[in-house]
Amino acid sequence: MLATLAAVLAVLGLAVARERPPWSAPLVGRTAPDFSLQLFDGRTLRLSALRGRVVVVNFWASWCTACKQESPILQWAWQAYGPQGVVLVGINVWDLRDDALAMIREFGKTYPNGPDPSGKILQDYGVTGIPETFFIDRAGRIVRKHLGPVTRELLATQLEVLLTGTEP
Amino acid sequence: MPAAFAIIWLTFVLSAAAQPLDERARAIARQLMCPVCEGQTVAESSSELAAQMRTTIKVMLEQGRGREEILAYFARRYGESILAAPPKRGFNLIAWVGPFAVLLFGMGLAILTVMRWTRPRRQKVEL
Repeated sequence: MLATLAAVLAVLGLAVARERPPWSAPLVGRTAPDFSLQLFDGRTLRLSALRGRVVVVNFWASWCTACKQESPILQWAWQAYGPQGVVLVGINVWDLRDDALAMIREFGKTYPNGPDPSGKILQDYGVTGIPETFFIDRAGRIVRKHLGPVTRELLATQLEVLLTGTEP
Repeated sequence: MPAAFAIIWLTFVLSAAAQPLDERARAIARQLMCPVCEGQTVAESSSELAAQMRTTIKVMLEQGRGREEILAYFARRYGESILAAPPKRGFNLIAWVGPFAVLLFGMGLAILTVMRWTRPRRQKVEL
């Protein structure tokens, strides 16, 4: 009987070892889903057009306290790393247009921002809460998904790695 | 007899295909757990994400995508934990096989214990 149990456990172990654990972020390591974002300023941004550049995609809403907390840091990153070729994209979700525009003005966000009213992009990225940030390498692959507000250190470290391949 | 089975099967297949889109969408939504809720399916949840997911399911059905393809779309993005019934492979095998294995082990243990209790004991012989 113990032998049967051991055999069942061995089969389960093998099956588990061959699989990606269910708690790992499913999209990390895969090509970032392409999207076309109608920006608040009227322009259209397509992610696939940014191939060859490091991209940071940030999902946010105006009612989200943590999103407000990270707003100055994202703007700092845009100013510090934008000239080095990094593109920051803000995707506003579950929000009202006027509230989103007010927050953009309040924090002086100058990087591209646009709404995702149908939630198509947020579902393509498997977003479950905000803020959520995705780091995309030059090959268009998601290398990291960060849940919660970003910090200056996190952004600097991750962007240095993506730009130069070395940690600061 | 085989003809009768064929008719029943054909009726079943045709009725499934003729199911209204809303009903098919609801059935799929019932097979997905809401990623931002506690123990609610996408069909039950009133969250905004669940509502958007229900719309996505409908749009995908309108595009001619099938149930399996739609479930796979969400599982690829949110992980397989989003499926109300996890697939019978890999890590999820534990959920399917685990209870039976434990039950089997427990039953075996109980039988062994009962056998041991009921086995006639050798009497000690004093020399």
